[in-house]
Parts: sequence; C-alpha cells; structure tokens
Amino acid sequence: MRLRLVKENTNFDFFNRWKLWFGISAFLMVLSFGSFLLQGLNYGIDFRGGTTIRTESPLPVDVGVYRDAISALDLGDITISEVFDPSFGPEQNVAMVRIQAQDGEEAVSTDVIAAVEAALVEVRPDIKFVSVESVGPKVSGELIQTAAIAVVLAIGAVLIYIWLRFEWQFALGAVLALVHDVILTIGIFSELQIKFDLAIIAALLTIVGYSLNDTVVVFDRVRENLIKYKKKDLKEVLNISINETLSRTFMTSATTLVALIALFVLGGDVIRGFVFAMIWGVIVGTYSSIFVASAILLWLGVKRDWTKPTDTTGNQFANVDA
Amino acid sequence: MLQIDLWKRLLIWTTVAVGLVLALPNLFYPRVEQHNDAVAAIELSGESPELLEQVSGWPSFLPSGLVNLGLDLRGGAHLLAEVQVQDVYAARLEALWPEVRDVLRPERDTVGTIRLQPSAEGELRVRISQPEGMERALELVRGLAQPVVSLTGAMSNDLDVVADGSDIVVTLSEAEQIATDERTMQQSLEIIRRRIDEVGTREPTIQRQGSDRILIQVPGIGSAAELKEIIGTTAQLTFQPVIGRSDDANTSPGVGNEVLPSLDENGIFYVLEQAPVVTGEELVDAQPSFDQNGRPAVNFRFNPTGARKFGDYTAANIGNPFAIVLDEEVISAPVIQSHIPGGSGIITGNFTVEESTQLAVLLRAGALPAGLEFLEERTIGPELGQDSIDAGRIATLVAFVGVLAFMALSYGLFGVFANIALVINIGLIFGLLSLIGATLTLPGIAGIVLTVGMAVDANVLIFERIREELKTAKGPARAIELGYEKALSAILDANITTFITAVILFVMGSGPVRGFAITLGLGILTSVFTAIFVTRLLIVIWFERRRPKTIEV
Repeated sequence: MRLRLVKENTNFDFFNRWKLWFGISAFLMVLSFGSFLLQGLNYGIDFRGGTTIRTESPLPVDVGVYRDAISALDLGDITISEVFDPSFGPEQNVAMVRIQAQDGEEAVSTDVIAAVEAALVEVRPDIKFVSVESVGPKVSGELIQTAAIAVVLAIGAVLIYIWLRFEWQFALGAVLALVHDVILTIGIFSELQIKFDLAIIAALLTIVGYSLNDTVVVFDRVRENLIKYKKKDLKEVLNISINETLSRTFMTSATTLVALIALFVLGGDVIRGFVFAMIWGVIVGTYSSIFVASAILLWLGVKRDWTKPTDTTGNQFANVDA
Repeated sequence: MLQIDLWKRLLIWTTVAVGLVLALPNLFYPRVEQHNDAVAAIELSGESPELLEQVSGWPSFLPSGLVNLGLDLRGGAHLLAEVQVQDVYAARLEALWPEVRDVLRPERDTVGTIRLQPSAEGELRVRISQPEGMERALELVRGLAQPVVSLTGAMSNDLDVVADGSDIVVTLSEAEQIATDERTMQQSLEIIRRRIDEVGTREPTIQRQGSDRILIQVPGIGSAAELKEIIGTTAQLTFQPVIGRSDDANTSPGVGNEVLPSLDENGIFYVLEQAPVVTGEELVDAQPSFDQNGRPAVNFRFNPTGARKFGDYTAANIGNPFAIVLDEEVISAPVIQSHIPGGSGIITGNFTVEESTQLAVLLRAGALPAGLEFLEERTIGPELGQDSIDAGRIATLVAFVGVLAFMALSYGLFGVFANIALVINIGLIFGLLSLIGATLTLPGIAGIVLTVGMAVDANVLIFERIREELKTAKGPARAIELGYEKALSAILDANITTFITAVILFVMGSGPVRGFAITLGLGILTSVFTAIFVTRLLIVIWFERRRPKTIEV
C-alpha cells in the first residue's frame, strides 16, 4: 500500500468561494499590518543595537535577582528572559540578558559588559557567560536597511523572472502572493513578539523562494493546460491544474515540514525563531500559491492563445519544455 | 526509448564519486583536522615524531579539505572595527607646519611674520601679517605639494592651499585623502593580521569591509575583549647589533644579549645585543624602492635624533650586520655597506617586489596608524558552539530519516531511488563545501535540513508526472521518459527562482546569513543534479535489468 496524502483524481473547486479567500487573506494582511504598526516588531540587537549576554548556571534562573543586580548599574532598558529547551540538562539554566544601546556611544563598550558580568557573578558566583554579542547603533541601522533592500531586491528579481518566463499576469499573481506571505510572516512575528533578527530576514527570503517554487509549479501546469484545453474557461483550467499538482504540492510541503519540524524540536533554541518563520512560511506559501496567486490570475484573466507559447518568452530558458 | 549514453553514465558516476571523496574527510573530522594542523606545523618548523604520527593518521592520497566551522559552531570572537582614517589627516597636517614655516621664512619681507593659528580639524591655518604678500605666500606653500595619482589615474596635488583673509589654509586634497585612507587601511589590516598571527590561532578571518571597516573573526579565542587587547598592543620595531647567527634556539646568548628567531628562514636564530641602536619610534617613513642594481629594496628615514644615532653606529660598524627586529622576530639582518649619515637608508636583501612592499608596510606599521572604533563584537563560547553542533546533527539525522521514510512509503521502489539520490545529494553538498572552503554556520545547517526537505521536490515532481503519464501513455518506458521530459520545465523554473533568492542573500547578507545562502544555493545545484541525472540513471539501470511490463510509482 502506498502512502497517499491526496487521493487520486481529486476534483475540488478551489474558486467557488475565491472572493471569500481573498477577503480572508486581505483581512489577515490588514491585521498583520495593524499589529506591526501598533506593537512593532521585537527587534533583536542586530537591528536596534545593544548587547545580549547568554548566561548559564547550575542554579535556577531568578529573573528578579538578575534584574536587581544589573539595574543598580543604571543602564536603561534591560530585558531578562529565561530560555527553555528540551536538550538542556538539569544543571543548565539559561537566561538571555539584553541591554539597550547606551546613549551617545557609537561603539560597544567593554566596560559596560564587564560591569554587567561582574554584577551577575556577584549574585551567582558559578554563572558562565556562554555568549556575548554587542552591536553598535551605527551598524544596526545599516543592517536593517540592507535587509529591507535584500527582500525588495529578491521580490523584484522574481517579478522579472516570472514575467520573462510567463506573462505579466502570472508575475503579478506570484509577486502578490509573495508580498502576502512576507506580510503575514512579519505579522505573526509582531503579534507573538518573537525576536526579529538578521536570521529572520534569511528565513523571509527563503519563504519567498519556497512560496515561489510552489507557485511556479502550479503556473507551469496552468500554462500547459491553457494550451491543452483551449475551449475550457479559465476557472476550469485553473481548477484542473491545481488538482493535478495537488498531490505534489502536499508531498513537497510535507517532506519540507517533516525536516523543519525535526529542526524546530531538536535544533536548539538558538535557531528556533528562524525555523519557526520557515515553518510558518511553508504553510502560508502553500496556501498563497493556490488562493492568492492563482486567484489573482483568475481575476486578471490571461491571454488564451498559447499556440506558440514560447514566442513571448524570448529568453534562454524558453525552450526547455518544447 | 529510455537510453543514456555510456559516456554520460561515466560522467555522472565520476561526478558523484569525486563529490563523495571530497566529502569523505568530514566524516573523520578530528583526525583530518589533526593531520592538517600537523602538516602545517611541519612546514613551519620542521618534522618531529609526534607530528609525523599525526600526519599518518590520514592517508595523504585522499583529499584533506574540510568544511570550516563558523564561529557560532566553534566558538570564538568576532569584531567589526571602524578605522578612524581622519586621525591620519591631522597628523599629516601637523607635520606640515615646520615645512610651511621654513619655506615662508626667507620671504619675510613680502609676507611679514608667520604664525600658526588654532586650526579646525583637517586643516592647517597659518596667519601672515602682510596680506599683500598673500599671492607669493600661496605660491610658496603650493610648492610643497606633491603629485598623487588618484584612482581615476588623473594627476593631482596632495595639498589644497587657499587664502582666507590673512590666513593660509592648507587641507589635504580629495585625491590625497583617498590615497591616505587606502594606505591607512592597508597598514591597519597588516598590523592586525600580524598581531593575530602571533597568537597562533587557527584560520582567523581578517577582512576589509567597505571603505573603512575591518572584520576580524578568530575561532577559539576566549572573548572579544581578549581579542581587542591583542589588536591594541603596539608593534615594537628595533634596530639591534648582531653578534652571531645560529640554528639552535637554545644557544646561550651571554649577558646583555638575546636570541631571536628569523621571520623568513626556518630554524635560523640570531644572537643580538639587547639594547637597540634605534627604535621604530624614530622612524618617520619607509617606502618600497629599488637599489642601484635594480633589485627591490626598501627606503627608510629616521627623525633627526634617530638619524644621528644611526649615523654614528653605521660609521663605526661598516661590514657588520645589524638586525631589523619586529616584535621579537628578525625581519632581516643586512650588512652595513657604508656610513649612513643622513638618517635615511636602504635595506636590500633577497626581496621580490611584493616582499619589499610588505616590508615597507611593516616598517611603517610600527603601531596602528589610526584609532579603531568597535561597532560590533560577539563572543560565542565553545560549549554553546558544541551544543549547536550536537543539536544540528541530531536534527539533521531525524529530518533525514523522516524524509527517507516518507518517500519510501509514498513511492515504493522509486522512493528508494530518490532516497539514494538524497544521500548522494548530502554528500555532494559537503564535498562542494569542502572544495570551496566554505564556512558552515548554524543557519547553514538549517539550510542543509531545508535542502533535505526540498531536494526531494524535483523527484516528487517527476514521480507525480510519471504517475499521470502512466494513466494515459503507452507503457512504462514511455511514461518514465515523458515524466522526466515534462517535469523538467517546472523543476528548472522552481529551482532557478529559489536560486535567485539564495544569490541575493549571499550578496546582501553577512556572516551566518551568508553561510545559510551558501548551503541553500549549493543544495539547489546538487539536488537538481541528483534528481535529473542520478535518479534517472538509477531508474534506467533498474529498468534495463528488469524490463517490467508494468510499473507502480
């Protein structure tokens, strides 16, 4: 017996309620945006400067004691949080201490770090500092700018590629799906206040890549079916294409999720936020390639005369499927 | 029909074999690392029985390239420093004042008295009491300017001299600022590199970033603060009389003498008088040049006190060698050919042009030419790195087994073919990473895990397509062929778009993110290769042997 995630010859109608799905997506995007504006992202030090110190001690973490020890130093905003991970032993009590960037100081001050470490050692003599990271405000400003440029560049490059390979309606559909995915991911990070750092940008771009991968596979089939079924209307062709690729869509999403969940559970707390973003992205990306990208295609309409499908795609990849 | 030419088969198998052999050393990481370290140590300081034994721990006919572990996996310190290049302008302009004074003094009748004024940063302001003579004064001061070759190749002068009321204002020209910045950066890089090499840690990264920043990553060092201390210490340059030469480090030097190793020649030691004739503090300049015979050499110049001491010493010691010592190592020990009175001299030796340039840099590089401001510093403890490696290893393994099981359950025998390809795929990723000497970071491991999940995508596309073709087509062989053919466009499109994002990540990202981009990008390449070529070859071989009438995918 073979494992089948999707039974053979499905015939779902994905578009009888496409306006509802559009509405839901739009609503979620507005919600994300609202959350982003109201709460803002919980930026890590990569993006807003400051220092984080990861401590490890055989004694349980007492946030209050730590805070009292450090606040005597008058360093402004301090965040202390305990870190939990199944892989920690009983003697491993880990906390993250975050100190804001100090006013008027561009460079990172060794004295501040030394003072904080000394203060903590005083209340917990056996504490260890397993990692100390400090970023000055100058660099963090540049990092956030570079990150934003990277995301915009990636989306732009993709827009051009799909436009060359398909038609502008496809490109617009794919890119709106990407924007949808990115906004929803930023939204959930803002809503759950998960730390948003440089690695999350990498995750965002991977989501862009993954979601696109999914969209392109569906679109590729749509293009093929548009040639095959010249008489059928667009909605039907889209439905056929999505149904035909549904099994593959679920297979790939499932294998990717299996791998990512393994990493989420076992990969340690350092990259958990990063992996969470990717898991979320895989789910949202799979959804958006059907309910956003294809729906936009339906909405915009598409040229039906594909007798010479390669004519409009004057690029070096144009003949791969000839 | 299903056919693959013999030469193609051989090519595919060779590629796979080469990739896997390149990946092999990573399975024996500690042993190969020890081997590599021992080989490097032998090159540096000769053989010893323990080193030879460590070398023999790994056969030399096998490749010994390893995947570098990033700081987040190995532990160590990371610094991003900004060089305060403007520091150098101020020093340059300060040094210019005596020259300006000397050139104006003989013209006192026209320009009147000359006085140094409090100057803003980056300028030298000199007031003359007779503004009528300004034109003449400007002309004289402009005469001090030297031509510089700017990056565009256009010639311009290094000084801008303008009049401001009765003040002469001298600033460095833009071309000179650029040239100075460049020199400052090179010196800073060179000094930092030397400082860190002295500590002798493995594979430090010292890279210039942008116009005025330096990225320093040193694995295995205790903390960023420690690293800052190492970089902060100033270079000690001395010129010392040579007593003798020896190849034994344990030579007894005698009272008031010391034994120092040679920088270039392995196993050679010099016995030197401890008291230096002159120190680097008295050196004002060093430039690469050529001697009378056209061989590369280095010109240097002392300040007046240094010049006098050096002149007296050389006059008394013609025919004797003296040593140029930098941080307790003898850079060179030339023989004094003649009395060197003017405080400037030339060092000749067996230099290539690069070596003479480097020596000039080193000589100038007594101390860091400008201050460093640290913009970013990270310390990762070795325990955290080890924890991350362990977690990453387990996660990768579980992800791997999960995906393998999933594929086998879904596609049966074809799934097994895809699984073999997946194993090869991971091997190829590590082979490529070792080949290009890439650095594996924690996000990089995530990239590999993600690749494990996504790598099967190409095979899934193909298998699903074969299933569809089986319903309509004309027998299994044709269905397999059509499956590959028709899935190809989707596979390429999907992977090219993902590859585009990996490239953008690589270009825009830094550090760990870049590590992720590398594994993701390489993973795409290898997974397309294994899906299109390796699984196909496996299926074709199986098909040729069995000739099944029906297949089930």
